[in-house]
Amino acid sequence: MSGQFIIDHKPVPFEPGQTIMDAAMAAGIYIPHLCHNPEFHPHASCKLCTVKINGRPASACTTQAAEGAVVESETDELMDDRRILLKMLFVEGNHVCPACEKSGRCQLQAVAYYCNMLAPEFTHFYPQRDVDASHPDMVIDFNRCILCNLCVRASRDVDGKDVFAISGRGIGSHLIISSPSGRLGDSAFDAEDKAAQVCPVGAIMLKHQGYDVPIGQRLYDQEPVSVVGDVAKYVVKKHDQ
Amino acid sequence: MAEITITDRIDGLLGQWGNQPQNLLQILIRVQQSLHHIPATAIDYLARKLGCPQVQVEGLVGFYSFLHVEPRGSYDILFSDNITDRMLGGQGVAAALAERLGVALGTTRSDGRVSVGYTFCTGMGDQGPAALVNGYTMTRLTPDRIGQMVELIEGAVPVTDWPQEWFVVEDNIQRRDILLQTALPDGAAIDRVLEIGVDALLQEMDASGLRGRGGAGFGTALKWRPCREATGADRVVVCNADEGEPGTFKDRLLLQRYADRVVEGMTLCAAVIGASKGFIYLRGEYLYLLKGLEAELQRRRESGLLGRSIRGREGFDFDIEIHLGAGAYICGEESALIESLEGKRGHPRVRPPFPVTSGYMGLPTVVNNVETFMAAAMIGVQGAEWFRSRGTEESSGTKLLTISGDCARPGIYEYPYGVTVEQVLTDCGAQDVQAVQVAGAAGSCVPPSEFGRQIAFEDLATGGSFMIFNQGRDLLEMVENFAAFFVHESCGFCTPCRVGTSLMHKRLTKVVVGHATRADMERMCDIGALMRKASHCGLGQTAANCILGTMDSFPALYAERLRSTSFEPAFDLDASLQEAREITGRDDPGAHLKGGGV
Repeated sequence: MSGQFIIDHKPVPFEPGQTIMDAAMAAGIYIPHLCHNPEFHPHASCKLCTVKINGRPASACTTQAAEGAVVESETDELMDDRRILLKMLFVEGNHVCPACEKSGRCQLQAVAYYCNMLAPEFTHFYPQRDVDASHPDMVIDFNRCILCNLCVRASRDVDGKDVFAISGRGIGSHLIISSPSGRLGDSAFDAEDKAAQVCPVGAIMLKHQGYDVPIGQRLYDQEPVSVVGDVAKYVVKKHDQ
Repeated sequence: MAEITITDRIDGLLGQWGNQPQNLLQILIRVQQSLHHIPATAIDYLARKLGCPQVQVEGLVGFYSFLHVEPRGSYDILFSDNITDRMLGGQGVAAALAERLGVALGTTRSDGRVSVGYTFCTGMGDQGPAALVNGYTMTRLTPDRIGQMVELIEGAVPVTDWPQEWFVVEDNIQRRDILLQTALPDGAAIDRVLEIGVDALLQEMDASGLRGRGGAGFGTALKWRPCREATGADRVVVCNADEGEPGTFKDRLLLQRYADRVVEGMTLCAAVIGASKGFIYLRGEYLYLLKGLEAELQRRRESGLLGRSIRGREGFDFDIEIHLGAGAYICGEESALIESLEGKRGHPRVRPPFPVTSGYMGLPTVVNNVETFMAAAMIGVQGAEWFRSRGTEESSGTKLLTISGDCARPGIYEYPYGVTVEQVLTDCGAQDVQAVQVAGAAGSCVPPSEFGRQIAFEDLATGGSFMIFNQGRDLLEMVENFAAFFVHESCGFCTPCRVGTSLMHKRLTKVVVGHATRADMERMCDIGALMRKASHCGLGQTAANCILGTMDSFPALYAERLRSTSFEPAFDLDASLQEAREITGRDDPGAHLKGGGV
């Protein structure tokens, strides 16, 4: 018993059990998002996919599609909201796009371009965060973590390792690693893990390779995120090289 | 040897809490109490014993304010830093005590003897300044107690041997109406439902119009009925005693003097929905109430009012366990509270499903406020008409208001719904009032022109908090206090609340120090509007209320501190050079920027 609803005047078919996000993705309609990855249980924490459903704001990734619903997504108001959310994420951490190896493949950067967020504007927090390079194959730069929880979900639900979790509270929330020293090198983490392939930003990255493709010729340099989709779909595994 | 002691102790706790992972938070609270911190060995041992990931235990410790990985002092003193405690001189007492003890505020003394710091509202707004020492509430702290307190601490006198009068929490009931005036014999509500049947009882509840007393006002019968009809192997009754909204302290009274009625209400709910399990989620700040509540539960078990075959009715089994909170305001939100009951970080859940169909451990669950359960028990016995004899059409019955701040008679007042702010102010002896903050940090700041408004769900809804500020107060101090509160209490799950609360506080601080411009005001409006719209739960959706509301109702507060320039940097350039000056040992005119570098 499939049905239909409307996103920004376009009809979108859906199957029972699908969320607004699921149905939109299936129909090729892009709703900006960072913490969502269709392979995992939706989390609804980044709030970029906030849409208005029959006039009420809700997260597209966790709201069930309903027959006849009228969904607004790319209105001026909601795009303004997304720009504020993106600015929040940029100033909360330390994101230096020109010097970041992920530049051009970073979903935060790509969504910011898509939403026309041109400058962070808000006062930077400049938090003191570490880089953990203790693992032989992978590096974690906590400066770039946006708390999307995807590595936590991947490590728990796919790898069965529970390498990651979020600790702290509020603005002090941060990613922690399960190992006696708290460092990645002493954990069960492996470059082949699913958790190594889901980071939308430059927080969890492969070591021993860099700038393999010049910035300017990368995924999101070619096409916008609305066309090519999540970076996780394109992750190069270590053994593919 | 020490390690053996720790694991032995944890083994004991594990046994006491049934080796259940969902009791992890309860176990950690006891470890913190006895060892003054959660050592790494304890985290590791608990993870292994309960079969949960080490990072899960670590993440739990990192979430709750009252759990620490670094040792706190043997005497861990936390002053209540709500605005009303400040108005009573709390910060002065805290600073003087810290100085006499030779410890910086917010830290632990190097010998490990004592920590002195701040926490937010401890629920003693009518008898502050208040503090917690090793979790136990001290009221009416005055500077003249400092000397003796220092002696007790330096002399290593156990807190149990400190002067008992320091720990007295007065009831402080200033006005009674039908709820506090009418007697309720033990078991009367339970007998009633057994006599008339569940359907008739639910009809009575419906007719009474009882709505949740925590402030949100959801119809009580509208929770009980779907929970009864939901499918599940069992059902759960949860009493939300996480009374954390700043300036609210009615549950403190109900749990101390009327616990029998609250438990009666819970048992009535259990009979209606068919629950065998109940919880009281007691905020950590109310640790002093724990013993009395446990005694009350035991008394009721022995009287056949709780436990197996209640009132001799075969198959009517219901018992209650008390879970403590550990310093997290967000756990007053019902789905975060359930997460916390399950021994997790207090993140609000994605809804639907709602707790009435999938709550504690996936079971259909009713979560109600302390006052709601008490009112439900009374309605069960006295009936809907009795209840409707007070209040308005949409807000039936009475409400306990907790009045603090600038007035002659702070305390607990029971009023029929519909009472005006003006009437309350007259009764409590408030004069020269500049504003009343109704419903706590997330509530509304009411100016004198609106004192004709009513306390009711259809006008000014409140869980009880009613804080009064006279003309001599700087209201921005209140606004700053609440903005800082939300920075501390945001759970951090969603972007708008996690980052927005800090951005709002930073901009507000700019206003307070006189560096803000019109542009900063506009940014606060934008950020606040987004927080209202996009936040995951009620905390984030209301966290900007205080700033946005006072900008609207008290524009002069802001306007008179704004700079006339169109832009001011977020930092003072000259002040930023201080560190460099210290390193280079320079303080000559050439090392300073004129006009702060602006």
